[in-house]
Amino acid sequence: MKKLLLSLLIVPALAFASGAELHLDKAPDRAHDTAALQNGAKLFVNYCLGCHSASYMRYNRLQDIGLTDDQIRENLMFTADKVGEPMRIAMQRAEAKQWFGAAPPDLTVIARARASEFGSGPDWLYTYLRTFYRDDTRPTGWNNVVFANVGMPHALWELQGEQVMGADHELKLAKPGLLKPEDYDTQVADLVGFLKYMGEPVGEFRKKLGVVVLIALGLLFALSYALKREYWKDVH
Amino acid sequence: MAASNYEKFKSDGTLLGNVTEWMDARFPMTSMWKAHLSEYYAPKNFNFWYFFGSLALLVLVMQIVTGIFLVMHYKPDASLNASGVPVAFASVEYIMRDVPWGWMIRYLHSTGASAFFIVVYLHMFRGMLYGSYRQPRELLWIFGVMIYLALMAEAFAGYLLPWGQMSYWGAQVILNLFSAIPLVGNDLATWIRGDFVIGDATLNRMFSFHVIAIPLVLLGLVVAHVLALHEVGSNNPDGVEIKKKKDERGIPLDGIPFHPYYTVKDIVGVVAFLMVFSVIMFFMPEGGGYFLEYNNFVPADPMVTPPHIAPVWYFTPYYSLLRAVTYPLFGVDAKFWGVVAMGAGVVIFAFLPWLDRSPVKSIRYRGPVYKTLLAIWVVAFFILGFLGTKPPAYSFFGIIPGAPVAQLFAVYYFLFFFTMPVWSKIDKCQPEPDRVTFK
Amino acid sequence: MSCDEKVDCGRRRLLVATAAAGGAAGVVAVVPFVASMLPSERAKSAGAPVEADISKLAPGEMMTVEWRGKPVWIIHRTPEMLEGLAKIEGKLVDPQSEKEMQPDYCKNAHRSIKPEIMVAVGICTHLGCSPTSRFKPSDAIEADWQGGFLCPCHGSTFDLAGRVYQNKPAPTNLEIPPHKYLSDARIVIGEDTKGA
Repeated sequence: MKKLLLSLLIVPALAFASGAELHLDKAPDRAHDTAALQNGAKLFVNYCLGCHSASYMRYNRLQDIGLTDDQIRENLMFTADKVGEPMRIAMQRAEAKQWFGAAPPDLTVIARARASEFGSGPDWLYTYLRTFYRDDTRPTGWNNVVFANVGMPHALWELQGEQVMGADHELKLAKPGLLKPEDYDTQVADLVGFLKYMGEPVGEFRKKLGVVVLIALGLLFALSYALKREYWKDVH
Repeated sequence: MAASNYEKFKSDGTLLGNVTEWMDARFPMTSMWKAHLSEYYAPKNFNFWYFFGSLALLVLVMQIVTGIFLVMHYKPDASLNASGVPVAFASVEYIMRDVPWGWMIRYLHSTGASAFFIVVYLHMFRGMLYGSYRQPRELLWIFGVMIYLALMAEAFAGYLLPWGQMSYWGAQVILNLFSAIPLVGNDLATWIRGDFVIGDATLNRMFSFHVIAIPLVLLGLVVAHVLALHEVGSNNPDGVEIKKKKDERGIPLDGIPFHPYYTVKDIVGVVAFLMVFSVIMFFMPEGGGYFLEYNNFVPADPMVTPPHIAPVWYFTPYYSLLRAVTYPLFGVDAKFWGVVAMGAGVVIFAFLPWLDRSPVKSIRYRGPVYKTLLAIWVVAFFILGFLGTKPPAYSFFGIIPGAPVAQLFAVYYFLFFFTMPVWSKIDKCQPEPDRVTFK
Repeated sequence: MSCDEKVDCGRRRLLVATAAAGGAAGVVAVVPFVASMLPSERAKSAGAPVEADISKLAPGEMMTVEWRGKPVWIIHRTPEMLEGLAKIEGKLVDPQSEKEMQPDYCKNAHRSIKPEIMVAVGICTHLGCSPTSRFKPSDAIEADWQGGFLCPCHGSTFDLAGRVYQNKPAPTNLEIPPHKYLSDARIVIGEDTKGA
């Protein structure tokens, strides 16, 4: 038995990947910052919802992040009449494919889809949205470090400005945008935080419930173990 | 069965007694209770490894119950909705967001699927440790192998249902394997798919298999499995047959009634399992991308093949066996022999009762040969599994290529079984004790 | 049965405690499954209130909007139509709207908030067909017909306040949905000031 267990210890050591490396920056945690999440919602609706639907996300779910139905209706709803409706867009997928080469994907669960061995989904999104650079060989005039030859233009270029890829494979800010780099990073972090929330709105509640369930099970364990010991006193 | 000698229950005059007498005159209620619970004698020395049978039953019930509630909201439809997303995929997100507590039912089911395999693998390994497949328990073991096969089919069918990229392309790869069969392969693959490519027809029939066909088969097999067990009685960590030493009433000296001793002990096991399960379900339901694969959060797209397709973790050892065969034989493609190897890797378990010629059952009394070879076999299983999650070109630490390592361990995997009749006989064992021990 | 042996008593206490705790956990575990069968967000969204614009609804005209999958009629009643309501009370089953087929604020002679605007669910209270309108005297079905509705399925008749005539298959008056006025031109059906 002991030999068996010892031999099993080799296995974790083998878990070193050797595929194409992708360096991702860590996305700052916004899960508990309601104001940041609301800002992220605003950025999403203003910059992303034009081309990307979030068709599993209902507007009124945003009550999770502290918004009232009226606030949602007045500030965030451009594509629906009723606050219970999902965040769909008017653009048809067939047209979108024609215009952009690939239909812009629905973004509701993008933060879950983009996880990999290199980092979490938010990490990928945070890096992606900050590593666009000018590339005149591309139809949109833009390329991206983590998503080579992406069909998406730099939707946030007004805020970040224009980066270029140097001969040393380092990005440089050639033309500044409306925001300073640190402020741009903060805005992107808010947007990514919102995307993470939108990927699983029940996330925070799930973890809290988990704590309660474990405590309850712990109590049950103590009781049932005592009961077992009581009965097994008979057995020798 | 104990029923033949059993005297029918006589009421003591109370209401409960009267109802019991009425029932027993028409249904083997009390006799079944006695035969399978209160007078079913199990060895008193069960250890940790003996929890996994009842846990497997628990997970089966849990999957069925959560499955029933998921089917109330899930739609097996591959066509695109108004937002251009497949209806099936959208219905899963509908469950996650719009159905009250739907997210929890979904996570219970997805975590439960992986938990099922962990429990079943540990349950099977117990059998290998203690020789639980040896005579007279060969049929019990074979029912178990059939359950394992049915479970793999059930998991495969179920994985298609979310209709994500991994669902689609994983199914594409596996169903294409059928086309490797000479002469009938392509027609067979088309017949299974219901179409020339994986699509709505495939999704709907996998839904039928997963929701009703295979669960019925599984339930039948589990009943057969338990009946076969109760007919011969359970093995134990010492491999000692407790029925050989009985007292004057015919009760095994080393036996204790399953109820209340093992019902009460299994409850502890259940609670402990639920605690571990809850940690995963509430804090990491994606299981690091192994229980809910990241790429399955992208809707299925027949036009875009993901860069890396791998089966779900519980299939990976067999996937490695499949990929290990790279040489054609007798004029037939390596692809076909890979399928044979994969199938053989599962079916070979069924032959263990006849491959194992050791005079003792349990690892506790076996020699160093068995212990070493089994340990290496476990390592082989894990490494094959690990390599199955990686692309074929993978290398350990960037230098040791994975493919030859997989082939090496694949050969070992089979040799362990094929050579067992020889080394199991010559291995130096210790004598089995008369009575059970509490080690 | 008294507790004379210490072992027995301890065992019984533990059994009861564990069974109670386990039972409680079981009940709690069942709640989410039962709750999952309640209307989902999608169902609630589809059942959400509907707005109707009555600015172009001329006197004597009727419009229909859909609410919760049912037709809701909005009728702009003329003064003659309103006068006609009082004349036929002897022929109706429930002229005073005693039965709870309308919100409290519509429990009046004209069964509406404003006398000239009638809002009613256009589904016969017999077996669910949608009645047809018969506003003109030439459409008369009964003697002294003041205008109203005829259900084509089994012949029930209703007046212009949705009240059912006697000796017809339909047992009750037409349902009046909760509603409120956002302005003179806009009504919201499915919501009232009490929060429907």
